[in-house]
Amino acid sequence: MSSRDEILRRVRDALGGDRGTAPPVPRGYARRLTAAEAATRADVLALFTERVAENRATVRHVAADEVGTAVAAALWGREAKQIVVPADLPFGWLAELEGVRALADPPVLDAETLAASDAVVTGCAAAVALTGTVVLDGGRAQGRRALTLVPDYHLCVVHADQIAGTVPEVVARLDPARPLTWISGPSATRDVESVRAPGPHGPRHLEILVVED
Amino acid sequence: MTAPGAGPPDALASAIAPGEAAAAASRATRFADAARPALADTRLRRTLGAAVAAERDRAAAAAAEPADWEELREAGRALRDAALLDLDTHLESLERAVTGAGGTVHWAADAAEARRIVVGLVRATGARDVLQAPSATVREAGLPGALARAGVTVRPAGLGDLIVGLGEEAPSHLSSPALHRDRAQVRELFLRGLPGAPADLSDDPADLAGAARAHLRDRFTGARVAVTGAAFLAADTGTAVLTESGGEGRMCLTLPGTLITVAGIDKVVPSWTDLEVLLQLLPRASSGDRMTPYVSAWTGVHPGDGPREFHLVLLDNGRTRALADEVGRAALRCIRCSACLNVCPVYERTGGGPYGPVLPGPVGAMLTPQLRGVESAANASLPFASTLCGACADVCPVKIDIPAILVHLRGTVVESRRARPVPTPELVLMRGLAWTMGDARRYRLAVRRGTRWARLLSRGGRIRRLPGLLGKWTDARDVPAPPARSFRDWQGRR
Repeated sequence: MSSRDEILRRVRDALGGDRGTAPPVPRGYARRLTAAEAATRADVLALFTERVAENRATVRHVAADEVGTAVAAALWGREAKQIVVPADLPFGWLAELEGVRALADPPVLDAETLAASDAVVTGCAAAVALTGTVVLDGGRAQGRRALTLVPDYHLCVVHADQIAGTVPEVVARLDPARPLTWISGPSATRDVESVRAPGPHGPRHLEILVVED
Repeated sequence: MTAPGAGPPDALASAIAPGEAAAAASRATRFADAARPALADTRLRRTLGAAVAAERDRAAAAAAEPADWEELREAGRALRDAALLDLDTHLESLERAVTGAGGTVHWAADAAEARRIVVGLVRATGARDVLQAPSATVREAGLPGALARAGVTVRPAGLGDLIVGLGEEAPSHLSSPALHRDRAQVRELFLRGLPGAPADLSDDPADLAGAARAHLRDRFTGARVAVTGAAFLAADTGTAVLTESGGEGRMCLTLPGTLITVAGIDKVVPSWTDLEVLLQLLPRASSGDRMTPYVSAWTGVHPGDGPREFHLVLLDNGRTRALADEVGRAALRCIRCSACLNVCPVYERTGGGPYGPVLPGPVGAMLTPQLRGVESAANASLPFASTLCGACADVCPVKIDIPAILVHLRGTVVESRRARPVPTPELVLMRGLAWTMGDARRYRLAVRRGTRWARLLSRGGRIRRLPGLLGKWTDARDVPAPPARSFRDWQGRR
């Protein structure tokens, strides 16, 4: 008997008559923000902004025609010399950028190149207001997962209409067949004395630009 | 630990194996004996006490925030039960989905089989070293030691694992393995054992993390294989989920060409959408975050992004034994958040070592005897390593009644010893008491004689030391001397 069949047999034996007797899951928890939290769209954006900041990320609001300027200003502020971007990043996001070398992926950049880069600029697939989270699914303007892991600074552009209120809302929006990375603040560790410190891997600086329509 | 010819021995990489040995050594002793060194170490108690208090306060604040926390807990409890009560169906569904997405599923009935599978997979790649993300299941299966013996260098990717590896000791906490070490100790360990650590390294946690970062990131580019655990496995979509703060998991999931994920069969949840509950419960109960900094979810392989090969090793190793116990099976709901550790008055003083190598804290006291049986004295002692104060049950995000299960397991331990040819002193005492108390005349006589002897032993109305085995009772307390006349005696003469 293979281990597969053996384990499945053990499970059936262990459960005996209890097998398949689980009652339905009570789902009385909140699926959406309360009326008070989400009175207007601006309240949801404000909640997202507040929670991102509490996750120790930087967050700024920009108008749609200011994205290029804001991206350039942020990268100049970091004194970035070389950055990596997904090849399908909207052209306008880097249009104002001068004096910074932007490497597109694909063609696939090796890990040394990623490590030698000062920053990465991406979009996202969705965001959660209540937890201050952005979710990347490898879709448009997001690139493969290593891009947003290796450079020390991640600049993420979030469109206001990508921001969902709660975790259940964003789970319903996402496709689990895609590689998903939920990012809630910069890399962190509490391994020494439970004191928060910048983590051993991943960007230690996360900046989020919220694009309002 | 490295094989001959594998280059200079790598202190960091091989250090995991001594940690395992330390854990195995502590497993050989009963909890109360294994706890003595930790209890005598005031520095450890101070460090651990302060750290778990910080964790506890953060988690309490995070759980108090959502208005629907109790509804989330109730849903979490129910959907974990739903996963367990149809586990065979869900496992088959998971296998189909993972295979359909380009992954390979392996089944390991016990830890030895898991080690065989993983060592075989690593050998097939020809890799000489593997990255290892922090995982209690990887440790439970003894994989780091097995890989080291096979000549493969195991590189811990997490900061906590790096620290306990340098200290050659077992992890003391579920989510923060090095929580028992203070900053000065970590600095000393780094100065002694971390290549490239600056001589002027301060003991600021941020500086320490920075030194670890420089060291760990040096190594990631070479790794071709990674071994990780998983927090959850969604049966319907075949999606594996990993939560973490430091990015070591993301590194393992994205850079090497081969990913091996080892997970207990209990990690299954029925549906991807169930994560809408668990991804709210786990971060708040575990680290007190609204969401853990990084949550990764992957389904098989994703061409052009991450590993080309994905192997999922499903581990039983006693889980079906726990599942067979109608009371004890609730323990398998556990989502490894470590909330119960952070509130436990026993764990706070002893740390993780005395609980043995599987899991520390109340969850370890509850799960280890179920996974491994109560035949060994060490495992049999674990259900007694609790004051039954109930704080763990209050905070458990999936509502496991840990004290009730511990009491149930204490019964199991006693039952398992009833059949021994030589009865335990406790059993002899209880049988003697049953015989004495089963008859009014015998009882009266025993009380009268007992009172006389007890009064002879007392000084100033107190007994400082009882004779023989009973002396253990008076190790830490006095017993008041019984009154000259018992109540029965007094009442009988009226």
